[in-house]
Amino acid sequence: MINTEPWQTAEISCLTRAFPITEPEVVVAAIKRSERPIFVVGHEAVMVDLAGGKPIDYIIQMAESTGAQTVATAHIIGEFVKRGFSKAYWMSIVDVTNRLKDPEWKGLDGQGQYDLALLLGIQYYLGWVALSGLKHFAPHLKTVSLDRFHQPHATWSFPNITIEDWQQQLETIAVELKEK
Amino acid sequence: MEIAIGKIIEEEWAEPMGPTPYPSITTLREWDLKLLKKYKPLYMPYCDVCCLCTMGKCDLTRGKRGACGLDMSAQQSRIVLLACCIGASTHTGHARHLVEHLINKYGPDLPLDVGKSVGIEVEAPITRLVCGVRPRTLADLEDVLDYLETQITHLVASTHTGQEGSELDFESKAFHAGMIDHVGMEVADIAQISAFDLPKADPDAPLAEIGLGAVDVSKPVILVIGHNVPPAVEIIDYLDKNGLYDKVEVTGICCTAHDLTRYNPKAKIIGPISWQLRYIRSGIPDVIVVDEQCIRADVLVEAQRIETPVIASSEKNCLGLVNRTLDPVDEVVADLAARKAGGAVILDPAKVGEVASRVAFEVAPKRTKFKAIPDFAETIREAKKCTQCNECRRACPNNLPIPEAFGEAAAGRTSKLADLYEVCIGCGRCESACHNHIRIHSSIIRAAERKIKEEKYKVRVGRGAIQDVEIRNVGAPIVLGEIPGVIALVGCANYPNGGREVAEIADEFAKRRYIVVSSGCSAMSIAMHKNSEGKSLYEVYPGTFEAGGLVNVGSCVSNAHIAGAAIKIADIFAKRRLRANYEEIADYIHNRVGAVGLAWGAITQKAASIASGFWRLGVPVIVGPHGSKYRRMLLGRRDREEDWYVYDARTGGQVYTGPTPEHLFYVAETKEEAMVMMAKLCLRPNDTTKGRMIKLSNYIDMHRKFYGVMPDDLEQLVRREADIPITMKDEITKILEEKGWQERATPDPTLLPRMIGARKVK
Repeated sequence: MINTEPWQTAEISCLTRAFPITEPEVVVAAIKRSERPIFVVGHEAVMVDLAGGKPIDYIIQMAESTGAQTVATAHIIGEFVKRGFSKAYWMSIVDVTNRLKDPEWKGLDGQGQYDLALLLGIQYYLGWVALSGLKHFAPHLKTVSLDRFHQPHATWSFPNITIEDWQQQLETIAVELKEK
Repeated sequence: MEIAIGKIIEEEWAEPMGPTPYPSITTLREWDLKLLKKYKPLYMPYCDVCCLCTMGKCDLTRGKRGACGLDMSAQQSRIVLLACCIGASTHTGHARHLVEHLINKYGPDLPLDVGKSVGIEVEAPITRLVCGVRPRTLADLEDVLDYLETQITHLVASTHTGQEGSELDFESKAFHAGMIDHVGMEVADIAQISAFDLPKADPDAPLAEIGLGAVDVSKPVILVIGHNVPPAVEIIDYLDKNGLYDKVEVTGICCTAHDLTRYNPKAKIIGPISWQLRYIRSGIPDVIVVDEQCIRADVLVEAQRIETPVIASSEKNCLGLVNRTLDPVDEVVADLAARKAGGAVILDPAKVGEVASRVAFEVAPKRTKFKAIPDFAETIREAKKCTQCNECRRACPNNLPIPEAFGEAAAGRTSKLADLYEVCIGCGRCESACHNHIRIHSSIIRAAERKIKEEKYKVRVGRGAIQDVEIRNVGAPIVLGEIPGVIALVGCANYPNGGREVAEIADEFAKRRYIVVSSGCSAMSIAMHKNSEGKSLYEVYPGTFEAGGLVNVGSCVSNAHIAGAAIKIADIFAKRRLRANYEEIADYIHNRVGAVGLAWGAITQKAASIASGFWRLGVPVIVGPHGSKYRRMLLGRRDREEDWYVYDARTGGQVYTGPTPEHLFYVAETKEEAMVMMAKLCLRPNDTTKGRMIKLSNYIDMHRKFYGVMPDDLEQLVRREADIPITMKDEITKILEEKGWQERATPDPTLLPRMIGARKVK
């Protein structure tokens, strides 16, 4: 049975709740349907060791396959550069949330607002309020939480899953995006 | 003589009355809206509903309005206002109780003195600025408190169903609550400094001991917790008067501890707010005296587990205990010593002093430091009960890997449990969540026993105000930018990765010759780490308000001196009129004084109102990631050039300044991000080229050090070629050329049209 309770027990469930990502293909399809996807990557993306690397490595693969723009929050922009990925932009999580809710924002490349934001690596409680802000104030935007703890304020979120399952899901998404 | 708001305002003060004495909740609205135009709110709700009235719960998702007509933005700003009102009322209520007590004890005519002997003439800068009065005695402060209480009443009323409906007006009122809070803090601290003869702006205030390992457990131990120090002062006085002080340990947690060491540096600070559970369960305290604010609501339950009586000394926190204020001391002492009651309410501080002292001596031999912490073997047995269900981890604010640590402990290895001690905020939610009733927090304490015994550090006791002469010395280099900034590390202890990060931040900025100011729990956390020579930062850096200084002003209410220092720079250095001249002074500070606050572990509503007082002064505040739960940020948009124009006071023209300072309220995900943003938020439109060069040097250097790359916004921050740091000139020039950068003017900046060509100085 999938577990779609909020990971942190006192976080209040909400009326409009995320669709659980039961198969990684859900994410692949969402990215493929999107005209302007953006990855938003927090510092926890470099703190967790997965079998195939760190979460940031999977994001880089996804961004390279899709050409989606990528924001590094916190202090990890240098981690992208170290890995040879020089196309990431730095912006804080609250700055990027603030811009994503603005329909007039021209985007990082001046080409216009995004229609899909995929978040990974932000502290759970901070991601919670950022996703909630986007849910309420960015009707033009769909959101995906790529972390392993369920985020009900996203449009789609993984249920609460193990690290091993998380690694497999991220890998599948990265591989399928590359193949398609 | 002039009559205003029913008060007689004395006119021996030569400075003429400014435009906004005793401002109402809308008097400064225009100023607030100017700030809010530049720093628009970003709302980040917890949930989808409002549940504050019986027409609800109302679904406010995605633009829906509730039954009362309020939308989600307004509801979030209403919550922000409520938080700020709670904070402001708490400091003001604290101040009221304190002033009433001091008047009873010392008389209404006791002169206010926060440092006359060191030349302080501006004794109450915030009160002068807001109210337009110059308080001379304790009695004068009562008039100020009357005003504050009226304002808080109106502010709370505006949150009632069917009142305010605009998010920006809620925000303006939140700013007002913050300003009121700052006055309340100032009243409290100048009253206690004057009456209790606390350090008076003394950069060489003595060093006191801090840490659980600093306590001599062979003696009876008294613990005081809270923020309102009179009962603790009476304990010291009773012990001193009876020649008993050397036979007992008086220890404190949270801001009462700060103020206790300001009164007597032989007292010992245990630690921040989060040290309550670990210290009580250690069994060391023989009697616990609580006053008000930030005290665990289960303190009585925890105290009963170690058979320690509790004395509740504040009307605001009676804990369900019987009021024994009017009973004979001998009877109360006998009952508490015999454990006939878990504790007592005693609302007379002098009586608290005697009862607490005598009970400590009577109880200590009976208790023999009875602990509520399992021994090592019990810890292992407890660990074996763990089913790895993860409920503790899910309850932990920091998502700490508790199950993993218990898995190791079950095999007899407790080092991972001990590691949790460093980052645990001591809330105890893990224990409440455990289905098997494992004493999780207590087990962590047992595992970390050796670390706890080594917790023994030095903290410079709170010095209070900043001297006028210090302001004269640093005013020019701060305003011109040659001192890169004033960094205020304030607030509570809900840290994402333990208190060490606050010490690391303080060290980084002090080394870089910023002025580092601290208060409250953050001031304690800074002390609780040693450098390679075994010294705390307070032993390394001077306590002077100067470049490279580390200045502990004191407790929560001492935060008023940080705002006061910014105000005094405008008044004493720039000679701007202070009296009831809020907008002009805030405009000056916002555009010229490179000050930034960091509340890395902000928890409370008081932290919200303190921050809000700084927002109205135009001073940016950064919070740690948990601060996102305040649900609203105030963010600038550096991509919107039109937001960054000011008036040039010399010409009246509008001049682009770049995003300086970029944000007013900002959450940082990591300490590295916080430090880089702090350096950046010290930039001000008024910086001289030399000053901007120094500030940019620090910003760029920290960006490269912590992010590993150059910043991407230099074209917005470099105004003229002379702003470019010399050692990075070639690299930066190349970047600027690639971005098509052009030189631009440095204005005499103001947001107030009335200041164009009209600057008034004293």
